Amino acid sequence: MTLALDVLIVGAGPAGMAAAVAASEAGRRVSVLDDNPAIGGQIWRGFSADNIGTYPGAKLLTDLGRRLRDASIDVRCSTRVIAQPLPHLLRIESDSDKADLAYRHLILATGARERFLPFPGWTLPGVMGAGGLQVLVKSGLSIQGKRIVVAGSGPLLPAVAAGLAKRGAHVIGIFEQAPRARLLRFALTLSVHPGKILEGLRYRSATLAAPYCTSSWITQAHGTHRLNSVTVWTRGAERTLDCDYLACGFHLIPNLELPRLIGCAVEHNYVRVDSNQRSSIPGVYCIGELTGIGGLEKAVCEGEIAGRAVAGKPAAHLFARRARLARFAGQLDATFEPRPELAQLADPGTHICRCEDVPRSALEPCRSWREAKLHTRCGMGPCQGRVCGPATELLFGWKHDSVRPPLTPARICTLAARAEAPAES
Amino acid sequence: MPNDATSNLTITLRVNGQAIRVPVGSSVAAAILHAGRPFRISVSGEPRAALCGMGICEECRATIDGVQNARSCQRTATEGMEILAG
Repeated sequence: MTLALDVLIVGAGPAGMAAAVAASEAGRRVSVLDDNPAIGGQIWRGFSADNIGTYPGAKLLTDLGRRLRDASIDVRCSTRVIAQPLPHLLRIESDSDKADLAYRHLILATGARERFLPFPGWTLPGVMGAGGLQVLVKSGLSIQGKRIVVAGSGPLLPAVAAGLAKRGAHVIGIFEQAPRARLLRFALTLSVHPGKILEGLRYRSATLAAPYCTSSWITQAHGTHRLNSVTVWTRGAERTLDCDYLACGFHLIPNLELPRLIGCAVEHNYVRVDSNQRSSIPGVYCIGELTGIGGLEKAVCEGEIAGRAVAGKPAAHLFARRARLARFAGQLDATFEPRPELAQLADPGTHICRCEDVPRSALEPCRSWREAKLHTRCGMGPCQGRVCGPATELLFGWKHDSVRPPLTPARICTLAARAEAPAES
Repeated sequence: MPNDATSNLTITLRVNGQAIRVPVGSSVAAAILHAGRPFRISVSGEPRAALCGMGICEECRATIDGVQNARSCQRTATEGMEILAG
């Protein structure tokens, strides 16, 4: 069955919520989809007025949540986009259902994921993303008394460490790969973002017991069936630390699969948009992390611009603010860019593709992502290269810009259904 | 809107026959971690567990109430669920 929608928004994180509220309050009929069981996005998932109180940005988000509910916007969680069977038509699947959604305007707010980089032992149970462990803790994992090493790169690391410490974990240390000089330069630019400094200090004070080490990275994770220790390169030497979990992610990368499937032009790793957040495909807008990893404020600002744009309302008063937040996003990328040494950590036997267990040695003779897929099945498993693709970009310089449906594993009945254009309304 | 799963109320589900009690609102992935089991065995025989926690990496696949290859991090645990992992 094909449903004809006015404004369809994919992603119910801060950007998608802001767009939904702005478009709805300007008189459009709005529907929102999200792959997750609850709205709020990854960092803010499952937030509510009771539990969000101490987080920075809490007021902004609870206000959006309230307006979203007040506007009676059609929100479907646990729902993912599988394919685009016809132009302006998306096929969706939930745990029990499927449908085709035709839209007049489409706003993509698919957010970001962590960048994972391979090192010996990175596939052991107990090695997780930094944001990944944070999400699992928020969704019921007890870490009381657990010894946790936090590593990788990005502003998320101290935030995650603070959250883990608050839940009773013993955070052994935070190991940031970026050099100290780059972080100091970044800190200087923050003088125009005083809110960000306060945010950082708050996290820092909560984890004071754990050292924050720069130019430091995990070289190996150890264990047989499960992680029991890690080796970290820090202050010019290797140290081995016993731990129960390693929370390790290397900043964030945008979830470009859906925009790419639809054909939106991508430049310098982000979707190219105009001043109203319009992509190169007519009727398709992209907002939030898709246009630059900038966090909550940028996401909400761009959401409001796109939401107003689909309703034909001016948004020029928000452009200066967006430009400032976009500059901050660019500074984040430059500061937390992975250093070349990280490409040398995986040894010949380290599995780079975790779905198909393809070791580095099998990839070395390949000259491109396409050749690697054809010869080794790298990137051909259920995650479709979402994890190993960005890793091979750093390791081998491969570009991985081809996206094919289905976007995620789907039921055969979802794939086989015939697509029909909606009846004219 | 579900709260952060820090509730004192709990539900019980089974992971490979073992009863596991988790706070209301927990994900199935959290329950499998509580059970201390690998989530799946990789194509070359390695134990694997949830990596991204966000529905991206597919490492947390498990059989949930008879449905194979379900992403356990994206599913909320409910009373009496039967999970097969590893």
